[in-house]
Amino acid sequence: MKSLEELRAIREKMQGQVGLRAEDDNNTRVVVGMATCGIASGARPVLNYLANEVQTRGLKDVIVTQTGCIGLCQYEPIVEVYAPGKEKITYVKVNPEKAAEILEQHLVRGQLVDKYMLQSTNL
Amino acid sequence: MLPEISLNVLDITQNSISAEADFIEIIISINSVEHTLKATIKDNGRGMDEETVKTVIDPFYTTRTTRKVGLGVPFFKQAAECTGGFLELESEVGKGTMISATFHTDNIDCMPLGDINSTVYSLITFNPQIDFYYEYSVDEHLFDLDTRQMRELLGGVSLDAPEVASFIREYLIENEADVNSKAGYSI
Repeated sequence: MKSLEELRAIREKMQGQVGLRAEDDNNTRVVVGMATCGIASGARPVLNYLANEVQTRGLKDVIVTQTGCIGLCQYEPIVEVYAPGKEKITYVKVNPEKAAEILEQHLVRGQLVDKYMLQSTNL
Repeated sequence: MLPEISLNVLDITQNSISAEADFIEIIISINSVEHTLKATIKDNGRGMDEETVKTVIDPFYTTRTTRKVGLGVPFFKQAAECTGGFLELESEVGKGTMISATFHTDNIDCMPLGDINSTVYSLITFNPQIDFYYEYSVDEHLFDLDTRQMRELLGGVSLDAPEVASFIREYLIENEADVNSKAGYSI
């Protein structure tokens, strides 16, 4: 059974590592819409998947955050990728499986995943 | 409608965050004898005046600017009422807001609680500047998690540090399972 005392050990282990990640402009921001519309269509597992995977793989220059309603509720869950110096990319109707592809192809290798992008859906 | 009560909790708590709360309590209390589940979210955000309290249960009231409907509170209310339960909402300007929904879990229209651990985990790790108190109980068996207490033990280490985040996730899962098993409760 986990006890809060384990946090002391984490503290000792992490001492000196605090502030390792610089909050600078070179980070890619991955933003998941988490308003009622996003949550209702399954944004929570997408957000948690992306955050965990970015941590597990140690992608130091990627930050996963959340936002409110993006204004395209019918296309939720929506994931936006803001890479420094590049145009914003909007992925629509994302689920954890699609998020895995987006992470692997876009965030790791830098290739856009056209088939899930807003631009390529039939509006 | 949202498919899980835990998603309502996540959604409603986003309102507390928008209201600039820095301390939010989430309390899930299950009564296995009376077959009820009460989900309470209490914050110290900016609060609402009486007029606003009346309007938030109206789907055509919202603080969002992207469109003219807001379904968070109406969904929570509807989810509770369709089980024969009810919604309570108390708010005071400058003090905060308490919203609570009681569900009858033996009603066929009752949504499952769902993955409440994911909800609490997301809220804590994506809002490391906010303090949360989470309590989960089945009858007289209870566990809680208080980020203020965690911060003391962690010194300067942030609640969203990877090691801390995975600790929180496992802590929630293990303790919920423990409470359920002690109470002989299965979902």
